Amino acid sequence: MKFTKTLMFTIALCLLVCTVAQAGKDLDAVRKKGFIQAGVNGGVFGFGMPDAKGVWRGLDVDTARAVAAAIFGDASKVKFTPLTAQQRFTALQSGEIDLLTRNATRTLSRETQLGLNFVQVNYYDGQGFMVLKKLGVKSAKDLDGATVCVLPGTTTEQNAADFFRNNKMKWNPVVIESTTELSKAFFAGRCDVLTSDASQLAGIRAVAPNPDDYTILPEIISKEPLAPAVRHGDDQFRDIVDFSVLAMINAEELGITSKNVDEMLKSKNPKIQRFLGVLPGNGKALGLDEKWAYNIVKQVGNYGEVFERNIGVKTSLGLKRGLNALWTNGGLMYSPPFK
Amino acid sequence: MDKPTASLSSLPSPAPPFWRDAGKRALVFQVLALATVGGLGYYLFSNTQANLARQSIATGFDFLKKEASFEISESLIPYSAADTYARALLVGVLNTLKVSFIGIVLTTILGTIIGIARLSSNWLVSRLARSFIELMQNIPVLLQLFFWYAIFYEAFPAPRQALNPIKGLFLCNRGLIFAVPEGHPAYSAMAWVLVAVLICGWLLNRWGHRRQELTGKSFPAFRVTLFAALLLPFLTWFFYGAPTAMNMPVLRGFNFRGGLSVSPEFSALLLGLVLYTSAFVAEIVRAGIQSIGRGQIEAAMALGLRPGQVLQLVILPQSLRVIIPPLTSQMLNLTKNSSLAVAIGYTDFVAVTNTTINQTGQAIEGVAMIMVVYLAISLSTSLFMNWYNKRMALVER
Repeated sequence: MKFTKTLMFTIALCLLVCTVAQAGKDLDAVRKKGFIQAGVNGGVFGFGMPDAKGVWRGLDVDTARAVAAAIFGDASKVKFTPLTAQQRFTALQSGEIDLLTRNATRTLSRETQLGLNFVQVNYYDGQGFMVLKKLGVKSAKDLDGATVCVLPGTTTEQNAADFFRNNKMKWNPVVIESTTELSKAFFAGRCDVLTSDASQLAGIRAVAPNPDDYTILPEIISKEPLAPAVRHGDDQFRDIVDFSVLAMINAEELGITSKNVDEMLKSKNPKIQRFLGVLPGNGKALGLDEKWAYNIVKQVGNYGEVFERNIGVKTSLGLKRGLNALWTNGGLMYSPPFK
Repeated sequence: MDKPTASLSSLPSPAPPFWRDAGKRALVFQVLALATVGGLGYYLFSNTQANLARQSIATGFDFLKKEASFEISESLIPYSAADTYARALLVGVLNTLKVSFIGIVLTTILGTIIGIARLSSNWLVSRLARSFIELMQNIPVLLQLFFWYAIFYEAFPAPRQALNPIKGLFLCNRGLIFAVPEGHPAYSAMAWVLVAVLICGWLLNRWGHRRQELTGKSFPAFRVTLFAALLLPFLTWFFYGAPTAMNMPVLRGFNFRGGLSVSPEFSALLLGLVLYTSAFVAEIVRAGIQSIGRGQIEAAMALGLRPGQVLQLVILPQSLRVIIPPLTSQMLNLTKNSSLAVAIGYTDFVAVTNTTINQTGQAIEGVAMIMVVYLAISLSTSLFMNWYNKRMALVER
C-alpha cells in the first residue's frame, strides 16, 4: 500500500521532470487516448470509493463520469486513480491524470501557485469537529487542550491551526497520512476530536464501530468549496469540465432527470430545447456533440439525482442538501444560462 | 618531457597520433563523460524549469520565509503555526535526529546484549535470543510500526482512566506522562559537576595507563570515576539546599498539563525501529565475536586474565574491527527507516516536508531538501564511524 503510493508519487514526480513540453492540448490527448484519467479519493464513502463489487461510486466519481459522457457520449470512458491528499496536485500537474475530482477545496494559492484551474463547485462543504458523545462537549469552543486527529497536507490542517490560534486555545494535533489509519486511531481513543470536512465526518461516522457514540459539533469553522480541477493550459478542456458540472445543476433546475430526459426532448420550452441540443449551438461552441448535455443527464443524472444516490438522506451518510440545494430552494447551486 | 634536449628534438620523433596516446585518450574520454553528465543534468534542469513555467507552478525557495500556518505536535524548539516554513522544517529535522540518535544508542546496547545472549551456553537464553532475531528480522518494519502503534492506542486507557502505577507517573493512550523536578539552579550545577568529573576521569584513566606502562601497577580509574560521578552531583544537590519541588502532571480538561510526556507515536516508532534493527545488530555482534579464534581466548585465560579482562583486552579490540563497518550501515538504515514515521503520525522531517509540499505545491524543492538532509545525516554518521573504525583498526607493524 505504502510502497505503491510512494512509487506513484515518484513516477508522478518523474513525469513532471521528464515530460517534453506538449502542444498544450489536454483535450486532444484525452480524445486520442479514448478515456479520461480521473483522480479520485478512493477512501471516502459517498464521494469516491469502490463498492463491494469494485465499481467506483460517489459524487466525485459521477462528476468525472459526466465529463466522459460530454466528451465521448459514454459515461463509462473514464478510469480512476485513487490519490492521497498529498499526491493529488502533483498527479494533476504532472499529467498522470487529466482531471481531479477528489474533494479538493478551491483556494487562491492553489489556483495560482499550483498551476491549477478549479471549475464549478460540486459540493459546498465546511470543516467540522466530531467528538465522543460521552465527553459532554457541546461546542468547539470547549475544545481547549484537546488532542485532535487531522489529515496532513489539507486545508483542514491549516483551518484547525487558525481556529485554535484565533480562540487562544491549546491543542495537540495527531497527523496521520491515510484516512483509514487516522479514523482507526480516533475510534480507539487516541484523539478526543476528529476534524475534517463535515461531509467526510459523516462518511467516517457511517463506518464507525458504534456510529451512535459520536456527535458532530454545530460549529462549521471554514468554507470549503469542493471543486473539480484541471491544469492550466487548455481553456477548452476547462470549459467542458466546468459546463459538465453546470449541466447537471441546470438539468435539475429545468426539471430534467435521467428518467424523463427522452420525453423532455419533445418539450416546447426553448431553454430545454437549447439545453438538450434540440436547438443546436451549445455543443458546437464547446467543441462537442450537440447531444453532450443529453448524454450527461441520460447516463449520469442531474445534480439532485447524483446527490441523493451517493450522499443523500436515504444513504448511510444521510446528508441534507443544505448549501447544496438549488438557489431556487435557498441553496448555492446556481447555473449560468445555457445559451 | 616538457623541455626535450636538443639532440632528441632534432630527431624527427614520430609523435603518436592522440588516439594512440593512452594519456590523451583517457583525457578525451573523461571530458566526454563529463560533458554527457553535465548535458543531461542541464537538459533535465532546463526542461523542468520550462515545464514548471508552462504550468505556472511557483519555483524557488522563497516559500521558506512564509508563515507555515500548520501546527506540529512534537518539537524540541519553541514552534507555533505563526512561524515560518523554514522553522517548521527545522523542527522536522530535529525530530528526525532525536528519534535516530536515541534509536541508534538503544539499538547498539540492545543488539550487543542479544548478540552475546545468542552465544550463551545457556540453552534457554540462546534459543530466546535466536527466536527474537528470527522474528524481528523477518517481519517488515512498517508492519511492526503499525503493530506497536495500535498496541499503544488500543491497549492503554483514556486519560481520565489513566494507569497511575506510582505517584507522578501516568500511562494512557496519550502517552507516558511523568513528573519532572521543578527548575532550580541546583540542577544545572549538578550537570556541570558531572561534566567536570567525567573530564577528570578521562585524564585519570590516561595517567593510570601511563603509570601501568612505566611501573606495571594498575589503577582502577573506572571505579574511582564512577564513584565520584555518583557522589559529587549528589553532594552539590545537598549543598544547594536539596530542592524537592516537582512539576506534577495534572489532568485538566482533556489532557494532562505539566510534567513531561512521551507520545505514543514517538514511542511506537522508537520501539519498532530499535527492535527491528537490534536483531540485525545482534547478528553482527555475534559474527564479530565468533571471528576471534578460540585459541586466543584459551591463551588469554591461560595467562590468568579474568573473563572481563579477556573480553576487554582480547576479544573486543579485535572483534570491533569486524563489527564496526556493518554496524555503521545498520545505523544508517535506522535513520532512513525513521522516515516511515509518516505512517503512524510522528512528525519527522519527511512528514513536515510532505505537508509543506502540499501547501506550497513545490514538490521538486521539497523532495530535493529531503534528499539533502538525509544525505547530510548519513554522510556525517559514516564520517564519524569511519574515524572510529580507523582508531579501532589493528595497527599493522
